[in-house]
Amino acid sequence: MSDAKPVVTQATLVKKAAPKTDFKPAGVSPSRRQRSYSVRLWSVRHSRFLEWFYARFANVFLMLHPVWKWLGYHRAEGPVTFLERNVKGLMFDCRMCGQCVLSSTGMSCPMNCPKQLRNGPCGGVRANGNCEVEPDMPCVWVQAWRGSQQMRGSNAILKVQKPVDQSLRETSSWLRVTAKAAAEREAAQNAASGDVK
Amino acid sequence: MSNTDVNPLDPSSPLDPLPGHSSLGRLERVLRRGEFAVTTELNPPDSANPQDVYERAAIFDGWVDGINAVDASGANCHMSSVGICALLTRMGYAPILQIACRDKNRIAIQGDILGASAMGVQNILCLTGDGVQAGDQPGAKPVFDLDSMSLLETARTMRDDAKFLSGRKLTHPPQVFLGAAINPFAPPYDFRPHRLAKKIEAGAQFVQSQYCFDVPMLREYMKKVRDMGLHEKCYIMVGVGPLASAKTARWIRSNVPGIHIPDEIIKRLEGAENQKAEGKKLCIDIINEVKEIEGVNGIHVMAYRQEEYVAEIVADSGVLKGRKPWKREAAPDTEMVAARIEEIGDKPQTPQQIVENVTN
Repeated sequence: MSDAKPVVTQATLVKKAAPKTDFKPAGVSPSRRQRSYSVRLWSVRHSRFLEWFYARFANVFLMLHPVWKWLGYHRAEGPVTFLERNVKGLMFDCRMCGQCVLSSTGMSCPMNCPKQLRNGPCGGVRANGNCEVEPDMPCVWVQAWRGSQQMRGSNAILKVQKPVDQSLRETSSWLRVTAKAAAEREAAQNAASGDVK
Repeated sequence: MSNTDVNPLDPSSPLDPLPGHSSLGRLERVLRRGEFAVTTELNPPDSANPQDVYERAAIFDGWVDGINAVDASGANCHMSSVGICALLTRMGYAPILQIACRDKNRIAIQGDILGASAMGVQNILCLTGDGVQAGDQPGAKPVFDLDSMSLLETARTMRDDAKFLSGRKLTHPPQVFLGAAINPFAPPYDFRPHRLAKKIEAGAQFVQSQYCFDVPMLREYMKKVRDMGLHEKCYIMVGVGPLASAKTARWIRSNVPGIHIPDEIIKRLEGAENQKAEGKKLCIDIINEVKEIEGVNGIHVMAYRQEEYVAEIVADSGVLKGRKPWKREAAPDTEMVAARIEEIGDKPQTPQQIVENVTN
């Protein structure tokens, strides 16, 4: 036999150390996502209903535009972000990326993907449809594809998404979408009234 | 006309621009001519010695049209892909720079694209990359700032619009042939062709697939791809490779993410007397089936730690149809110097003796 020492890599050490301890850090184990499994998967199963609901909800927010404007969007930001974080956190395990794409990802939040892919599944999806990095978690994008096929806007998933703007983290995407829609509406109205004159 | 594209002045310089080509490289020319292309993967050394890279590349001489320089594949640390590409372009090879989004954010990646292009790299393969859990340093911070799709779009914007992501102007855009990876063998199966369409929309001009061991599954995928007309918009190269033994196959299946090996393949390997030879034969059989599928423009031979078999596999499968890819040859002046050194032999001459010899 050769007298070369067997190579011990960091991965081996980590794997060896794993079963010897009862302590499981909360942030790195597969079980961290088990808590809200059912709600998130429920949301994907009912993506069509949620799509319908969100369309109404966005309209209500847009109707409240004068209120937001009167309050000041920056002042509304705090409470709305709190509300959004908790509601979407419960429904989708929202990570508050601040630029929500749920309606084009079949109501499955892509920021839950360990690689945070926003454009579709990586090549590592296991044959049973689970995640490469977290073997016990169903792949976010397998869910997303299923969810998107039930939705009216099932083609939205085919659009290429831009990189995440990290500076928008922890801000409210509801308010941003509302402000943008209001600005567009105003621009359209101005253009129309300009034509009349 | 010689089919080996080479710059007559200097093999390490880019080729002359051709209309409709986005790069000055050999791989794009081969694919656009409609020839069946062969690429392979260089096993990156764990060393700082350039000779290690040249030795590993020399095995492929005259058998492949491009060499992938992997970017810490499987999240294992090796010599960087930009470094390998820089070394290879010096010698005139046509490397394919792989960029994985795992280790670098958008600032580093855009800088690398410019740097690599300046070093003569003509092909870039945009990947998401394996998770850090797969490699030798699972405690590393995964970056994943971009994903493969937005990376493609970034590179395309830099090339076509001469702009960074921020909109700042480039004075000289990188002229590169952009590639991506596909994996038809992982769920959700019916989304996979759509994902290819997205990648093409984001800028992919060629794609290399994950290891193919399940030809019927690939046929199914290619049928959908043809129905969507995608095979006309991008060059599809199928990943193939020899399996060393049934044991390795089982290990790969359970440990390497994204590789699908059907039971029949493992049974066939187990039944063979010489499993290594059978693995090679299996690979050649798969190539022969794959090359007949409409829309497949080439193969990507990944023979990890069996690189010496690549030439044999390419030769035995006959995919080149007699074509001889570029081969590194000594320049005429190098040959003259070598001849002169041989002539002098062991006994060195003084300048006076040399003059005497010439005048006599």
